[in-house]
Amino acid sequence: MRHHYFNMRFVSLIVLLGIFLLNDSCRSGKKGQDGKEVGFEDFLTEEDIFSDIDKAKKIFYSLPSPLETAMLIKSAGAAYNEMALNDLKNAVMYSTNKSKALNLGIYTTDLSFACLFDQAQTSLKYMDVTKQLATEMGISDAIDEETMKRLEQNLNNRDVVMDIISETFLNSSSYLKENDQQDVAAMVLVGGWIEGLYLGSQLVGNSPVKGNKLSDRIAEQKLSFSIVERMLQDNKQKATGEENRDIVELINELHSLKAAYEKIEVQTSAVKVGEADSTGVAMLNSQTKINYTAEAFLELQAAVQSLRNNFVQ
Amino acid sequence: MKKYLPYIVTLAVLVTFSLKVNAQCKGFAKKLCKLELTGYIHDGNYHAAILTEGEEAELYKTFYSGQSYRLAICGSEALPPIEFQVVDAYKNVLYDNKQHDTNGTWDFKLESSQQLKIVIKVPVSAQKSEFPNSGCVAIMFGFQDK
Repeated sequence: MRHHYFNMRFVSLIVLLGIFLLNDSCRSGKKGQDGKEVGFEDFLTEEDIFSDIDKAKKIFYSLPSPLETAMLIKSAGAAYNEMALNDLKNAVMYSTNKSKALNLGIYTTDLSFACLFDQAQTSLKYMDVTKQLATEMGISDAIDEETMKRLEQNLNNRDVVMDIISETFLNSSSYLKENDQQDVAAMVLVGGWIEGLYLGSQLVGNSPVKGNKLSDRIAEQKLSFSIVERMLQDNKQKATGEENRDIVELINELHSLKAAYEKIEVQTSAVKVGEADSTGVAMLNSQTKINYTAEAFLELQAAVQSLRNNFVQ
Repeated sequence: MKKYLPYIVTLAVLVTFSLKVNAQCKGFAKKLCKLELTGYIHDGNYHAAILTEGEEAELYKTFYSGQSYRLAICGSEALPPIEFQVVDAYKNVLYDNKQHDTNGTWDFKLESSQQLKIVIKVPVSAQKSEFPNSGCVAIMFGFQDK
């Protein structure tokens, strides 16, 4: 009888373990959650793309990576300003998981920004600091010695440097996601995205916002902000069921940014697919109306600056 | 100690199996799927999971005006060709790879910035087997330097 009881317990343990591990291997597919639990409300109206979200499916939220963020700012006409980057000396101050994760994202955006403007030596220094932070976070294979050597040998080749940045970011994000650290991966992305907003808004400065491509680019990031909200909501509970304090704290810190974005109106029309060009690239035609006042943009700039300064200090 | 041995061995096997599956997915995305982005710069984001025949997944992303993108969706060998659709906020289907021989990539450019949804489906294989197949599915984005 005792033997039978033990066998049953053994089988139950295996089944439970199997379910846990199967779930764990698909962790990147966390289900969507109702965003209204801690005061986050849906951003958009009934046209909201999330309105028919199927909670039974695996859901991914994709934010612009640090490399894409830097590219978006550059393509909107930003100029290079090294003074705006996070000081390399600050790296030693980051002692918590949250500050390390946010600043890994921030430094990766700075690195990408320097690379896109062909700042070879600065790129090398920022790669070094991201390596240091990644190692402290236990992601030792994200940037190995061979990668650093390849970077040094190709510092003047922007394509290769961008490929290295992309590869190292992929190494970090895949490591975190596959080691049950989705929350940390989300914080890295949020840090990088906020740094992009910061660099862009610093470069706009006091320039008039009407017809300003760069301020429009920052304003339309409202579309990505709704993805930030959902991504954080999905991570506010740890796998153990315990509340994730870092994420909840970050959600609260983003309230001022949310308030600022609420004063900016972004409306999108339906998309019509045009003919593909000679290279096979299809054109997606649509209209996006972005309405905001100079005051609303000032509030957005202030919210971004305060948030970013809080992250890097 | 002896009586706990079967538990320890089974636990070790399952943990190793799980880590191996994860590592394979990461390796698959990095070594095979990334090749589909040739000519584009991979954004560096990692979106991959083990999916089973009949399962679906969704990805939400904002795409920005003026930027050229390549979307690449790859499934491991064990799976039939992955089906995907790109849908806008008004639920219009902008691209359905079933209309294009289940091609794994789509190149596009936007007149204005949009949030789009990518709907991925692992079809059920025509070959009947006792258990449905599972495998790694990776979703990758590339863009071009302007």
